[in-house]
Amino acid sequence: MGDAIIAFLDAWSPIDLVLIAQNLDRFLLGAWVTLQLTFLSLVVGGCIAVPLAIIRAGNNALLNAPVWAFTYTFRGTPLLVQTYLIYYGLGQFEWIRESFVWGPVLSQAWWCALIAFSLNTAAYTTELLRGAIESTNRGEVEAAKACGFSRRMRLKRIVLPSAFRRALPAYSNEVIFMLHGSVVASTITIQDLLGVGRWLNGRYYLAYEGFITAAVFYLVIVLVISRGFRLWEKHWLQHLYPHDAVKVKPSKGLANFRI
Amino acid sequence: MGAIIEYQGQLLQGTWVTIQLAIFSAMFSIAFGLLGAWAKLSKNILAQKTAAGYTTIVRGVPDLVLILLVFYGGQELANQFGSLTGLWEYVEISQFAAGVGTIGVVFGGYMTETFRGAILAIPRGQIEAGVACGMNKFLIFRRIIGPQMVRYALPGFSNNWLVQIKSTALVSVIGLQDVVYNGFVAGRSTRQLFTFMFAVLMVYLVLTAISDFALRWLDKKYSKGIVRSDDG
Repeated sequence: MGDAIIAFLDAWSPIDLVLIAQNLDRFLLGAWVTLQLTFLSLVVGGCIAVPLAIIRAGNNALLNAPVWAFTYTFRGTPLLVQTYLIYYGLGQFEWIRESFVWGPVLSQAWWCALIAFSLNTAAYTTELLRGAIESTNRGEVEAAKACGFSRRMRLKRIVLPSAFRRALPAYSNEVIFMLHGSVVASTITIQDLLGVGRWLNGRYYLAYEGFITAAVFYLVIVLVISRGFRLWEKHWLQHLYPHDAVKVKPSKGLANFRI
Repeated sequence: MGAIIEYQGQLLQGTWVTIQLAIFSAMFSIAFGLLGAWAKLSKNILAQKTAAGYTTIVRGVPDLVLILLVFYGGQELANQFGSLTGLWEYVEISQFAAGVGTIGVVFGGYMTETFRGAILAIPRGQIEAGVACGMNKFLIFRRIIGPQMVRYALPGFSNNWLVQIKSTALVSVIGLQDVVYNGFVAGRSTRQLFTFMFAVLMVYLVLTAISDFALRWLDKKYSKGIVRSDDG
Protein backbone atom coordinates (compact mmCIF):
# COMPACT_ATOMS: atom_id res chain seq x y z
CA MET A 1 0.00 0.00 0.00
CA GLY A 2 2.71 2.46 1.06
CA ASP A 3 4.82 1.53 -1.94
CA ALA A 4 1.85 2.02 -4.22
CA ILE A 5 1.32 5.54 -2.90
CA ILE A 6 5.01 6.36 -3.32
CA ALA A 7 5.00 4.99 -6.85
CA PHE A 8 1.87 6.96 -7.64
CA LEU A 9 3.34 10.19 -6.26
CA ASP A 10 6.60 9.60 -8.08
CA ALA A 11 4.78 9.28 -11.35
CA TRP A 12 2.13 11.94 -11.01
CA SER A 13 3.03 14.63 -8.50
CA PRO A 14 4.54 17.78 -10.06
CA ILE A 15 6.71 18.26 -6.99
CA ASP A 16 8.71 15.61 -5.20
CA LEU A 17 6.41 14.91 -2.24
CA VAL A 18 8.35 11.83 -1.22
CA LEU A 19 11.52 13.84 -0.75
CA ILE A 20 9.62 16.38 1.34
CA ALA A 21 8.19 13.60 3.49
CA GLN A 22 11.66 12.16 3.96
CA ASN A 23 12.95 15.52 5.17
CA LEU A 24 9.92 16.40 7.26
CA ASP A 25 11.87 16.08 10.50
CA ARG A 26 14.27 18.77 9.31
CA PHE A 27 11.38 21.07 8.48
CA LEU A 28 9.87 20.47 11.92
CA LEU A 29 13.22 21.35 13.45
CA GLY A 30 13.33 24.49 11.30
CA ALA A 31 9.82 25.38 12.39
CA TRP A 32 10.94 24.99 15.99
CA VAL A 33 13.86 27.39 15.41
CA THR A 34 11.53 29.90 13.72
CA LEU A 35 8.98 29.72 16.52
CA GLN A 36 11.67 29.95 19.17
CA LEU A 37 13.27 33.03 17.63
CA THR A 38 9.89 34.69 17.09
CA PHE A 39 8.60 33.94 20.57
CA LEU A 40 11.78 34.89 22.42
CA SER A 41 12.18 38.15 20.55
CA LEU A 42 8.55 39.01 21.22
CA VAL A 43 9.08 38.38 24.94
CA VAL A 44 12.32 40.36 25.14
CA GLY A 45 10.95 43.10 22.85
CA GLY A 46 7.77 43.30 24.91
CA CYS A 47 9.74 43.71 28.14
CA ILE A 48 11.70 46.57 26.57
CA ALA A 49 8.60 48.12 25.03
CA VAL A 50 6.45 48.55 28.14
CA PRO A 51 8.70 51.04 30.00
CA LEU A 52 9.57 52.81 26.73
CA ALA A 53 5.88 53.20 25.87
CA ILE A 54 5.23 54.72 29.29
CA ILE A 55 8.06 57.19 28.67
CA ARG A 56 6.72 58.01 25.19
CA ALA A 57 3.22 58.62 26.53
CA GLY A 58 4.50 60.76 29.39
CA ASN A 59 5.70 64.34 29.03
CA ASN A 60 9.32 64.18 30.02
CA ALA A 61 11.01 65.66 26.95
CA LEU A 62 14.49 64.65 28.08
CA LEU A 63 13.58 60.95 28.18
CA ASN A 64 11.19 61.15 25.28
CA ALA A 65 13.73 62.29 22.67
CA PRO A 66 16.09 59.28 22.79
CA VAL A 67 13.20 56.82 22.88
CA TRP A 68 11.66 58.55 19.88
CA ALA A 69 14.99 58.37 18.04
CA PHE A 70 15.20 54.65 18.81
CA THR A 71 11.70 53.83 17.58
CA TYR A 72 12.03 56.08 14.54
CA THR A 73 15.28 54.48 13.44
CA PHE A 74 14.15 50.91 13.94
CA ARG A 75 10.75 51.45 12.34
CA GLY A 76 12.17 53.37 9.40
CA THR A 77 14.76 50.81 8.30
CA PRO A 78 14.57 47.20 7.08
CA LEU A 79 15.03 44.37 9.56
CA LEU A 80 17.48 42.77 7.13
CA VAL A 81 19.85 45.72 7.36
CA GLN A 82 19.53 45.88 11.15
CA THR A 83 20.39 42.20 11.38
CA TYR A 84 23.36 42.60 9.02
CA LEU A 85 24.54 45.59 11.04
CA ILE A 86 24.66 43.53 14.21
CA TYR A 87 25.87 40.20 12.82
CA TYR A 88 28.38 41.38 10.23
CA GLY A 89 28.96 44.92 11.42
CA LEU A 90 29.94 44.61 15.07
CA GLY A 91 33.03 42.57 14.22
CA GLN A 92 34.54 45.70 12.69
CA PHE A 93 35.43 47.00 16.14
CA GLU A 94 38.35 45.41 17.83
CA TRP A 95 37.24 46.23 21.35
CA ILE A 96 34.02 44.30 20.72
CA ARG A 97 35.92 41.35 19.29
CA GLU A 98 38.12 41.30 22.35
CA SER A 99 35.34 41.70 24.91
CA PHE A 100 33.93 38.71 26.78
CA VAL A 101 30.52 38.87 25.01
CA TRP A 102 32.06 38.32 21.58
CA GLY A 103 32.71 34.56 21.72
CA PRO A 104 29.52 33.27 23.32
CA VAL A 105 27.06 35.91 22.05
CA LEU A 106 27.96 38.48 19.42
CA SER A 107 29.80 36.12 17.08
CA GLN A 108 26.85 33.70 17.08
CA ALA A 109 24.26 34.13 14.35
CA TRP A 110 21.43 32.97 16.59
CA TRP A 111 22.12 35.56 19.28
CA CYS A 112 22.59 38.34 16.75
CA ALA A 113 19.26 37.49 15.15
CA LEU A 114 17.59 37.46 18.56
CA ILE A 115 19.07 40.86 19.47
CA ALA A 116 18.09 42.44 16.14
CA PHE A 117 14.56 40.98 16.18
CA SER A 118 14.01 41.98 19.81
CA LEU A 119 15.05 45.57 19.22
CA ASN A 120 12.94 45.73 16.06
CA THR A 121 9.76 44.42 17.64
CA ALA A 122 10.43 46.54 20.74
CA ALA A 123 10.35 49.67 18.57
CA TYR A 124 7.06 48.73 16.88
CA THR A 125 5.45 47.57 20.13
CA THR A 126 6.50 50.76 21.91
CA GLU A 127 4.63 52.95 19.44
CA LEU A 128 1.65 50.62 19.39
CA LEU A 129 1.39 50.64 23.19
CA ARG A 130 1.92 54.39 23.31
CA GLY A 131 -1.14 54.81 21.12
CA ALA A 132 -3.14 52.55 23.39
CA ILE A 133 -1.97 54.36 26.54
CA GLU A 134 -2.73 57.77 25.08
CA SER A 135 -6.22 56.74 24.09
CA THR A 136 -7.15 55.87 27.65
CA ASN A 137 -10.38 57.52 28.63
CA ARG A 138 -9.59 60.81 30.40
CA GLY A 139 -12.40 60.29 32.84
CA GLU A 140 -10.90 57.06 34.14
CA VAL A 141 -7.59 58.76 34.84
CA GLU A 142 -9.33 61.70 36.51
CA ALA A 143 -11.38 59.36 38.64
CA ALA A 144 -8.21 57.57 39.73
CA LYS A 145 -6.62 60.92 40.59
CA ALA A 146 -9.68 61.89 42.58
CA CYS A 147 -9.37 58.63 44.52
CA GLY A 148 -5.82 59.62 45.41
CA PHE A 149 -3.99 57.07 43.21
CA SER A 150 -0.34 57.84 42.66
CA ARG A 151 0.97 57.89 39.06
CA ARG A 152 2.49 54.46 39.58
CA MET A 153 -0.74 53.07 40.93
CA ARG A 154 -2.77 54.67 38.13
CA LEU A 155 -0.55 53.03 35.54
CA LYS A 156 -0.71 49.66 37.22
CA ARG A 157 -4.39 49.54 38.04
CA ILE A 158 -6.12 51.74 35.46
CA VAL A 159 -4.08 52.68 32.40
CA LEU A 160 -2.02 49.61 31.55
CA PRO A 161 -4.70 46.92 31.98
CA SER A 162 -7.03 48.67 29.59
CA ALA A 163 -4.24 49.77 27.24
CA PHE A 164 -2.99 46.18 26.88
CA ARG A 165 -6.48 45.08 25.99
CA ARG A 166 -6.95 47.83 23.43
CA ALA A 167 -3.56 47.09 21.90
CA LEU A 168 -4.36 43.41 21.42
CA PRO A 169 -5.74 43.51 17.85
CA ALA A 170 -2.82 45.62 16.62
CA TYR A 171 -0.40 43.42 18.53
CA SER A 172 -1.63 40.32 16.74
CA ASN A 173 -0.50 42.00 13.52
CA GLU A 174 2.88 42.70 15.07
CA VAL A 175 3.25 39.03 16.07
CA ILE A 176 2.58 37.90 12.50
CA PHE A 177 4.88 40.62 11.21
CA MET A 178 7.62 39.32 13.48
CA LEU A 179 7.07 35.75 12.34
CA HIS A 180 7.39 36.93 8.74
CA GLY A 181 10.44 38.99 9.67
CA SER A 182 12.16 36.00 11.22
CA VAL A 183 12.93 34.65 7.71
CA VAL A 184 15.81 37.13 7.77
CA ALA A 185 17.52 34.64 10.10
CA SER A 186 18.03 32.32 7.13
CA THR A 187 20.19 34.96 5.45
CA ILE A 188 22.71 34.84 8.29
CA THR A 189 23.18 31.05 8.15
CA ILE A 190 20.51 30.04 10.67
CA GLN A 191 18.58 26.88 9.80
CA ASP A 192 15.08 28.21 10.42
CA LEU A 193 12.09 27.12 8.31
CA LEU A 194 13.24 29.01 5.24
CA GLY A 195 16.84 28.01 5.96
CA VAL A 196 15.84 24.34 5.75
CA GLY A 197 13.91 25.03 2.54
CA ARG A 198 16.92 26.71 0.99
CA TRP A 199 19.17 23.87 2.15
CA LEU A 200 16.89 21.25 0.59
CA ASN A 201 16.74 23.10 -2.72
CA GLY A 202 20.47 23.62 -2.77
CA ARG A 203 21.31 20.05 -1.88
CA TYR A 204 19.01 18.35 -4.39
CA TYR A 205 19.19 21.11 -6.99
CA LEU A 206 15.45 21.80 -6.87
CA ALA A 207 13.43 24.91 -7.61
CA TYR A 208 10.13 24.51 -5.78
CA GLU A 209 10.03 21.84 -3.09
CA GLY A 210 11.87 23.51 -0.24
CA PHE A 211 10.25 26.92 -0.68
CA ILE A 212 6.75 25.54 -1.13
CA THR A 213 7.05 23.39 1.97
CA ALA A 214 8.35 26.35 3.98
CA ALA A 215 5.52 28.51 2.60
CA VAL A 216 2.91 25.97 3.68
CA PHE A 217 4.43 25.76 7.14
CA TYR A 218 4.42 29.56 7.50
CA LEU A 219 0.84 29.77 6.27
CA VAL A 220 -0.32 27.20 8.82
CA ILE A 221 1.53 28.95 11.66
CA VAL A 222 0.03 32.31 10.68
CA LEU A 223 -3.47 30.86 10.54
CA VAL A 224 -3.04 29.25 13.98
CA ILE A 225 -1.69 32.48 15.48
CA SER A 226 -4.48 34.64 14.10
CA ARG A 227 -7.10 32.13 15.23
CA GLY A 228 -5.52 32.09 18.70
CA PHE A 229 -5.54 35.87 18.91
CA ARG A 230 -9.18 35.97 17.88
CA LEU A 231 -10.06 33.68 20.79
CA TRP A 232 -7.88 35.75 23.07
CA GLU A 233 -9.55 38.97 21.96
CA LYS A 234 -12.94 37.43 22.54
CA HIS A 235 -11.91 36.70 26.11
CA TRP A 236 -10.12 39.95 26.98
CA LEU A 237 -12.23 42.39 25.03
CA GLN A 238 -15.55 40.87 26.04
CA HIS A 239 -16.62 44.07 27.81
CA LEU A 240 -16.18 46.12 24.63
CA TYR A 241 -18.40 44.07 22.36
CA PRO A 242 -22.00 45.13 21.92
CA HIS A 243 -24.10 42.96 24.14
CA ASP A 244 -26.71 40.73 22.66
CA ALA A 245 -29.98 42.56 22.85
CA VAL A 246 -31.65 41.20 25.94
CA LYS A 247 -35.17 40.42 25.12
CA VAL A 248 -37.30 41.69 27.94
CA LYS A 249 -40.45 39.77 28.30
CA PRO A 250 -43.29 42.03 29.26
CA SER A 251 -44.24 40.88 32.69
CA LYS A 252 -47.85 40.16 33.12
CA GLY A 253 -48.11 42.03 36.33
CA LEU A 254 -47.05 45.29 34.73
CA ALA A 255 -49.00 44.69 31.57
CA ASN A 256 -52.14 44.61 33.62
CA PHE A 257 -51.40 48.10 34.80
CA ARG A 258 -51.40 49.46 31.28
CA ILE A 259 -54.47 51.32 30.45
CA MET B 1 33.98 57.84 6.62
CA GLY B 2 36.62 58.08 3.89
CA ALA B 3 35.66 54.64 2.62
CA ILE B 4 32.06 55.75 2.16
CA ILE B 5 33.13 58.69 0.01
CA GLU B 6 35.30 56.33 -1.99
CA TYR B 7 32.37 53.98 -2.60
CA GLN B 8 29.66 56.63 -2.86
CA GLY B 9 29.14 55.82 -6.54
CA GLN B 10 28.10 52.23 -5.78
CA LEU B 11 25.94 53.32 -2.88
CA LEU B 12 24.13 55.93 -4.93
CA GLN B 13 23.66 53.51 -7.80
CA GLY B 14 22.23 50.94 -5.37
CA THR B 15 19.95 53.57 -3.87
CA TRP B 16 18.64 54.37 -7.32
CA VAL B 17 17.90 50.66 -7.94
CA THR B 18 16.09 50.50 -4.58
CA ILE B 19 13.99 53.54 -5.44
CA GLN B 20 13.08 52.13 -8.87
CA LEU B 21 12.22 48.77 -7.31
CA ALA B 22 9.99 50.44 -4.74
CA ILE B 23 8.17 52.63 -7.25
CA PHE B 24 7.60 49.93 -9.88
CA SER B 25 6.43 47.41 -7.30
CA ALA B 26 4.14 50.04 -5.80
CA MET B 27 2.51 50.57 -9.20
CA PHE B 28 2.02 46.82 -9.49
CA SER B 29 0.59 46.60 -5.99
CA ILE B 30 -1.87 49.41 -6.69
CA ALA B 31 -3.06 47.61 -9.82
CA PHE B 32 -3.38 44.29 -7.99
CA GLY B 33 -5.03 46.04 -5.04
CA LEU B 34 -7.67 47.64 -7.26
CA LEU B 35 -8.28 44.34 -9.03
CA GLY B 36 -8.50 42.50 -5.70
CA ALA B 37 -10.84 45.07 -4.16
CA TRP B 38 -13.06 44.90 -7.23
CA ALA B 39 -13.12 41.08 -7.01
CA LYS B 40 -13.85 41.09 -3.30
CA LEU B 41 -16.75 43.51 -3.73
CA SER B 42 -18.15 41.90 -6.86
CA LYS B 43 -21.25 39.73 -6.83
CA ASN B 44 -19.42 36.95 -8.62
CA ILE B 45 -18.74 34.17 -6.09
CA LEU B 46 -15.76 32.85 -8.04
CA ALA B 47 -14.10 36.29 -8.07
CA GLN B 48 -14.75 36.67 -4.35
CA LYS B 49 -13.25 33.30 -3.52
CA THR B 50 -10.22 33.87 -5.73
CA ALA B 51 -9.54 37.23 -4.13
CA ALA B 52 -9.98 35.77 -0.64
CA GLY B 53 -7.52 32.98 -1.41
CA TYR B 54 -5.09 35.48 -2.92
CA THR B 55 -5.05 37.78 0.11
CA THR B 56 -4.83 34.86 2.57
CA ILE B 57 -1.84 33.25 0.87
CA VAL B 58 -0.02 36.46 0.12
CA ARG B 59 -0.45 37.83 3.62
CA GLY B 60 0.25 34.50 5.28
CA VAL B 61 3.54 33.61 3.62
CA PRO B 62 6.64 35.76 4.31
CA ASP B 63 7.69 37.87 1.31
CA LEU B 64 11.22 36.47 1.15
CA VAL B 65 9.83 32.93 0.70
CA LEU B 66 7.73 34.13 -2.21
CA ILE B 67 10.61 36.09 -3.73
CA LEU B 68 12.81 32.99 -3.69
CA LEU B 69 9.99 30.83 -5.00
CA VAL B 70 9.29 33.19 -7.88
CA PHE B 71 12.94 33.75 -8.74
CA TYR B 72 14.04 30.10 -8.74
CA GLY B 73 10.73 28.31 -9.24
CA GLY B 74 9.33 30.81 -11.72
CA GLN B 75 12.38 30.47 -13.92
CA GLU B 76 12.13 26.68 -13.86
CA LEU B 77 8.42 26.86 -14.64
CA ALA B 78 8.94 29.29 -17.52
CA ASN B 79 11.60 27.06 -19.03
CA GLN B 80 9.59 23.88 -18.62
CA PHE B 81 6.62 25.59 -20.23
CA GLY B 82 8.83 26.93 -23.00
CA SER B 83 10.38 23.56 -23.84
CA LEU B 84 7.00 21.83 -23.58
CA THR B 85 5.24 24.16 -25.99
CA GLY B 86 8.29 25.11 -28.01
CA LEU B 87 7.32 28.76 -27.73
CA TRP B 88 10.66 29.97 -26.44
CA GLU B 89 14.17 28.80 -25.71
CA TYR B 90 15.93 29.18 -22.37
CA VAL B 91 14.77 32.28 -20.52
CA GLU B 92 16.15 33.91 -17.44
CA ILE B 93 14.12 35.96 -15.01
CA SER B 94 16.07 38.99 -13.89
CA GLN B 95 16.35 39.71 -10.18
CA PHE B 96 14.73 43.06 -10.74
CA ALA B 97 11.70 41.57 -12.50
CA ALA B 98 11.30 38.87 -9.86
CA GLY B 99 11.52 41.50 -7.12
CA VAL B 100 9.09 43.94 -8.71
CA GLY B 101 6.62 41.17 -9.54
CA THR B 102 6.70 39.45 -6.17
CA ILE B 103 6.67 42.54 -3.97
CA GLY B 104 3.95 44.01 -6.19
CA VAL B 105 1.78 40.91 -5.84
CA VAL B 106 2.42 40.59 -2.10
CA PHE B 107 1.59 44.19 -1.32
CA GLY B 108 -1.30 44.01 -3.75
CA GLY B 109 -2.83 41.73 -1.13
CA TYR B 110 -2.46 44.41 1.53
CA MET B 111 -3.68 47.11 -0.85
CA THR B 112 -6.74 44.98 -1.62
CA GLU B 113 -7.87 45.29 1.98
CA THR B 114 -7.07 49.01 2.09
CA PHE B 115 -8.95 49.78 -1.13
CA ARG B 116 -11.87 47.58 -0.19
CA GLY B 117 -12.26 49.46 3.07
CA ALA B 118 -11.97 52.79 1.26
CA ILE B 119 -14.66 51.91 -1.28
CA LEU B 120 -16.96 50.70 1.49
CA ALA B 121 -16.41 53.98 3.34
CA ILE B 122 -18.02 55.97 0.53
CA PRO B 123 -21.66 56.65 1.37
CA ARG B 124 -23.84 54.33 -0.69
CA GLY B 125 -26.27 57.14 -1.48
CA GLN B 126 -23.69 58.93 -3.60
CA ILE B 127 -23.25 55.89 -5.82
CA GLU B 128 -27.00 55.47 -6.08
CA ALA B 129 -27.28 59.15 -6.97
CA GLY B 130 -24.74 58.55 -9.73
CA VAL B 131 -26.79 55.65 -11.05
CA ALA B 132 -29.93 57.77 -10.87
CA CYS B 133 -28.21 60.45 -12.95
CA GLY B 134 -27.58 57.84 -15.63
CA MET B 135 -23.84 57.51 -15.12
CA ASN B 136 -22.26 54.26 -16.23
CA LYS B 137 -19.89 52.25 -14.04
CA PHE B 138 -16.72 53.87 -15.33
CA LEU B 139 -18.06 57.37 -14.94
CA ILE B 140 -19.16 56.57 -11.39
CA PHE B 141 -15.68 55.27 -10.64
CA ARG B 142 -13.99 58.29 -12.20
CA ARG B 143 -16.19 60.99 -10.74
CA ILE B 144 -17.43 59.60 -7.43
CA ILE B 145 -15.52 56.58 -6.15
CA GLY B 146 -12.01 57.40 -7.40
CA PRO B 147 -11.43 60.84 -5.91
CA GLN B 148 -12.91 59.96 -2.54
CA MET B 149 -11.23 56.58 -2.43
CA VAL B 150 -7.86 58.29 -2.53
CA ARG B 151 -8.70 60.14 0.65
CA TYR B 152 -10.08 57.16 2.50
CA ALA B 153 -7.30 54.85 1.34
CA LEU B 154 -4.40 57.22 1.99
CA PRO B 155 -3.69 56.34 5.66
CA GLY B 156 -3.66 52.61 4.86
CA PHE B 157 -1.71 53.21 1.67
CA SER B 158 0.92 55.20 3.57
CA ASN B 159 1.41 52.34 6.00
CA ASN B 160 1.71 49.80 3.21
CA TRP B 161 4.14 51.94 1.26
CA LEU B 162 6.43 52.41 4.24
CA VAL B 163 6.50 48.64 4.82
CA GLN B 164 6.98 48.05 1.10
CA ILE B 165 10.05 50.29 0.82
CA LYS B 166 11.68 48.30 3.59
CA SER B 167 10.69 44.99 2.00
CA THR B 168 12.66 45.86 -1.12
CA ALA B 169 15.81 45.19 0.92
CA LEU B 170 14.99 41.47 0.75
CA VAL B 171 15.56 41.39 -3.02
CA SER B 172 19.28 41.76 -2.30
CA VAL B 173 19.14 38.15 -1.09
CA ILE B 174 18.64 36.92 -4.67
CA GLY B 175 21.51 39.12 -5.82
CA LEU B 176 19.88 42.31 -7.05
CA GLN B 177 22.48 45.04 -6.78
CA ASP B 178 20.44 47.39 -4.66
CA VAL B 179 21.75 49.58 -1.86
CA VAL B 180 21.97 46.69 0.62
CA TYR B 181 23.90 44.46 -1.78
CA ASN B 182 26.29 47.19 -2.89
CA GLY B 183 26.80 48.35 0.68
CA PHE B 184 27.54 44.81 1.78
CA VAL B 185 30.05 44.20 -0.99
CA ALA B 186 31.81 47.51 -0.33
CA GLY B 187 31.81 46.86 3.41
CA ARG B 188 33.31 43.43 2.98
CA SER B 189 36.08 44.55 0.69
CA THR B 190 37.07 47.42 2.98
CA ARG B 191 36.48 45.36 6.16
CA GLN B 192 34.20 48.11 7.41
CA LEU B 193 30.85 46.40 7.37
CA PHE B 194 29.47 48.38 10.29
CA THR B 195 30.21 51.70 8.62
CA PHE B 196 28.62 50.63 5.35
CA MET B 197 25.60 48.93 6.87
CA PHE B 198 25.05 52.04 8.95
CA ALA B 199 25.20 54.14 5.79
CA VAL B 200 22.62 51.82 4.18
CA LEU B 201 20.45 52.19 7.28
CA MET B 202 20.61 55.96 6.87
CA VAL B 203 19.65 55.71 3.20
CA TYR B 204 16.48 53.85 4.15
CA LEU B 205 15.79 56.28 6.97
CA VAL B 206 16.00 59.20 4.54
CA LEU B 207 13.78 57.40 2.01
CA THR B 208 11.09 56.66 4.61
CA ALA B 209 11.33 60.18 6.03
CA ILE B 210 10.85 61.72 2.58
CA SER B 211 7.91 59.41 1.83
CA ASP B 212 6.36 60.19 5.17
CA PHE B 213 6.62 63.89 4.41
CA ALA B 214 5.19 63.53 0.90
CA LEU B 215 2.31 61.33 2.03
CA ARG B 216 1.37 63.82 4.72
CA TRP B 217 1.28 66.55 2.12
CA LEU B 218 -0.93 64.39 -0.12
CA ASP B 219 -3.19 63.65 2.81
CA LYS B 220 -3.61 67.34 3.44
CA LYS B 221 -4.31 67.97 -0.23
CA TYR B 222 -6.95 65.30 -0.55
CA SER B 223 -8.61 66.20 2.76
CA LYS B 224 -9.30 69.78 1.72
CA GLY B 225 -12.69 70.86 2.95
CA ILE B 226 -12.96 67.96 5.37
CA VAL B 227 -13.35 68.90 8.99
CA ARG B 228 -11.64 66.43 11.27
CA SER B 229 -12.79 66.00 14.82
CA ASP B 230 -9.77 66.73 16.97
CA ASP B 231 -10.76 65.13 20.22
CA GLY B 232 -8.21 62.32 19.77
